[in-house]
Amino acid sequence: MSTETLEGEARPDVKPTLINDFSIQVATVNGSGSQSSNSVLMRSIFQMGVPVSGKNLFPSNIQGLPTWFTIRANKKGYIARRKEIDLLVAMNPATAREDVAALEPGSAVVYEESLGLSKLRSDLVTYPVPFAELAKEVVEDTRLRKLLANMIYVGVVGHLLSIDRQEIRTAIEKQFSGKAKAVGLNVKAVDVGFDYAAKHFQISDTMRVERMNKTAGKILIDGNAAAAIGSMFAGVTVVTWYPITPSSSLVEQLIDYLKEYRVDEATGKATFAVVQAEDELAAIGMVLGAGWAGARSMTSTSGPGISLMSEFVGLGYYAEIPAVVWNIQRVGPSTGLPTRTSQGDVLSCYQLSHGDTKHILLFPSSVAECFEHAATAFDLAERFQTPVFVMSDLDLGMNVWMSDPFPYPEKPIDRGKVLSAADLEKVGTFGRYRDVDGDGIPYRTLPGTNHPLAAYFTRGSGHTPEAEYSERATDYVSNLDRLARKYDTARTFVPAPVVDNEKTAEVGIIAYGTTDWAVQESRDQLREEADLKTSYLRVRALPFNADLAAFVARHRRVYVVEQNRDAQMLQLVRLELASRPELVGHVEKLRSVLHYSGLPIDARFVTEQILSQERAASKPR
Amino acid sequence: MGTIVEESASPKKVNRVGLTQADYKGKPSTLCKGCGHDSISSQLIKAFYEYGVEPYKVAKLSGIGCSSKTPAYFLNRSHGFNAVHGRMPSVATGSILANRNLVAVGVSGDGDTASIGIGQFVHLLRRNLPIVYIVENNGVYGLTKGQFSATADLGSKLKTGVVNDLPAIDLCALGIELGATYVARSFAGDPKQVVALLKGAFAHNGTAVLDIISPCVTFNNHEGSTKSYTWGKENEEMLHDLDFIPFFEPIEVDYEEGQAMDVELHDGSHILLRKLGRDYDPRNRRVAIELLMEAREKQQFLTGLLFVDPDEKNFIDHLNLVDEPLATLPLERTRPKKAALDAIMESLK
Repeated sequence: MSTETLEGEARPDVKPTLINDFSIQVATVNGSGSQSSNSVLMRSIFQMGVPVSGKNLFPSNIQGLPTWFTIRANKKGYIARRKEIDLLVAMNPATAREDVAALEPGSAVVYEESLGLSKLRSDLVTYPVPFAELAKEVVEDTRLRKLLANMIYVGVVGHLLSIDRQEIRTAIEKQFSGKAKAVGLNVKAVDVGFDYAAKHFQISDTMRVERMNKTAGKILIDGNAAAAIGSMFAGVTVVTWYPITPSSSLVEQLIDYLKEYRVDEATGKATFAVVQAEDELAAIGMVLGAGWAGARSMTSTSGPGISLMSEFVGLGYYAEIPAVVWNIQRVGPSTGLPTRTSQGDVLSCYQLSHGDTKHILLFPSSVAECFEHAATAFDLAERFQTPVFVMSDLDLGMNVWMSDPFPYPEKPIDRGKVLSAADLEKVGTFGRYRDVDGDGIPYRTLPGTNHPLAAYFTRGSGHTPEAEYSERATDYVSNLDRLARKYDTARTFVPAPVVDNEKTAEVGIIAYGTTDWAVQESRDQLREEADLKTSYLRVRALPFNADLAAFVARHRRVYVVEQNRDAQMLQLVRLELASRPELVGHVEKLRSVLHYSGLPIDARFVTEQILSQERAASKPR
Repeated sequence: MGTIVEESASPKKVNRVGLTQADYKGKPSTLCKGCGHDSISSQLIKAFYEYGVEPYKVAKLSGIGCSSKTPAYFLNRSHGFNAVHGRMPSVATGSILANRNLVAVGVSGDGDTASIGIGQFVHLLRRNLPIVYIVENNGVYGLTKGQFSATADLGSKLKTGVVNDLPAIDLCALGIELGATYVARSFAGDPKQVVALLKGAFAHNGTAVLDIISPCVTFNNHEGSTKSYTWGKENEEMLHDLDFIPFFEPIEVDYEEGQAMDVELHDGSHILLRKLGRDYDPRNRRVAIELLMEAREKQQFLTGLLFVDPDEKNFIDHLNLVDEPLATLPLERTRPKKAALDAIMESLK
């Protein structure tokens, strides 16, 4: 065995050994099969009981452009993105130089030998591997060789990090389940990598995977799949969509699950309809038509689709029709960065449409909440007879996350205030937009209800409580006020925020969605590194409930951490406080931490931002 | 021994489901006096009544415009949905998916269908959605006071004297080309034909497009217009004389061999096409398109059943939906059992 850790002068500073706490970044070209290799690598670490998370940074392109996949292993279970890379696998000649230049001193690089990367820097641990040559040992076919070169690095990394070879095999079997030939070739490629590395390199003295038991019983899943499963178990019956990154995989996976689990056994017929619409306008139009006729209907889209849906969503709000809209947020405005993540649609979705509108928004932060919020969204949409947005994002939707398995929903579903023919017979009167219960929520009937009182006329123009056309000012105002009352009622129905109050903390943090993971980790950093205790409120829905104002009131400074430029949630918090005289004084406590590069926010960023603002705050004025 | 109960002096005339024609009425129209659309609403009332459709089963759908207001003026006992401009097809699609038992009647106009809504219209055609889609076509935007629409004929004149120099979109040709399975053109001034075509459309199980020239008395009924009452009356050329025989009535019509064509529709009703000037078989797409091309060249206003295919699968057939409405399936049929979730979770471990 020879050691080839160095091809320069002095041995670089050896980092403390990172056991089950490191990040690997694999730089490849998209369309090269690297996704399979990355999943296998990630899954084998997961199978060894070590918490992992994976972030795929990919281009808006099908083949031939750079893509990076980052696997973070963390024994404490932190699964936010981490910026610092400990081990780079440089497979893409086009970006190799830049990738290497970005590394911290002491990091390691596995690379295609012919790239000669060791000449670039002397402060890295380098592992040159002749991937192209090795691939020849695996298979004759030149096309397959390229794909398998990517599996070879899994073997090399496996050796360096002491990953159990058998676990990699198991992961390959899972990845290529049912395809014996593919399993055989890929196992062979991993073995070639393992053997080459074992012959030429010592195992890493800075990073290592050691068995632990923090993943037993856990699942690995992306948020879009979780949303799909959640929607199916929530009883969705009509799904209409128009393909758009990063939301397409939600409906595509939903279609697969529906075909498997929602075909009537007796008749072989579907208890669902999925329609790929001609555009997002049609997709939301179909959802509203179906919701009007009583189906649990949904669509899934992203920024550009949301913009197109604006007019129809206003109709849904004003004519009071249930709809569930998944917004897998990406970077805007316009086409923006279609394959990067963002929380940039908070304000636009909150008030989507012309005229006075306010919508119910849900903010899942985890795959488990994608599952859970699906049912919640349908219940709220039908209870409040209005479009409900589930605000996921690309990071949550398309990346793979570790989670506890999802619990079977035992709760009965809420189909809201729907009057059947028998109900109408009993009550003897019906006005579609009357506020019978004082909660702003009217009763509705479904088309096809066989009762002379059932019919009414739905319109997006002004209407009376009896659903008659009206341009009278008083009708308009009282209707709009009732809609506001209805929205107020929703405050106590939507998922309440998750609050963690530290007794003596002066600093509060507000975040939502995927920002949660970076904030959780940052709070630990702030406490451990700067002795700064913080409280935390995670917003799970709009409208806010009373917890929000109480939280702001009990802290001296409140940081709203979010992934957009314009502090969109902070603006809504400010509006909420400013709307009440007794709270308006708290507005000046609000501060922003904003991350909008398109990459998922990381804990270090949050920590640094909060600390620098805290230092500024403590300086005498 | 029994007593004979006297029937009321003048029993109200009822249809096969026990309703009077008045039961099919709507609110009073707010359109201009003499509007072609009101005539079509009246024919809808008559056709629904005579055919005996139960109003609670009907969903009335429309977009925006004068024509789209009309669903309020017929079938008060049916649910109605006045959606957004040009987007009625998607709303109709959604409601039919939710409840396949609904009898969907869409009312649109030439602006709503041929301009802002043409995208959704063509995809509706392509899906052969089971719906009766009526275009109340007056070649002009009424509600915004008289601009040309995309169905205005080349060379026709606005009231202001402006001449249209763009070709008209032929919604029937489009319908035939893109997959509608019942396509007809008619004239609001020809109520008998409109009623027969409407009933045929109710009996059909796919997209039925009825392009009905419906004069706008305020903005497009003048000399130089090709959508006026006078122009229609003078130029209408019927392809055939139409008789509709509903499935619940025996067929007792006499006609000489070669003088009429009998088309059986999906629900067992028949439409009898009595020959007028020409031999025309509406069961051939290519022939139908050719006919319309010829009519365009000769500037003819042909009315009647242009195309019909009673057997083509519709969108609901393609989706293989259960027989019951999806909207009201009970939870045990829409939420898979716990074992299903367990199996999914196991596959993700």
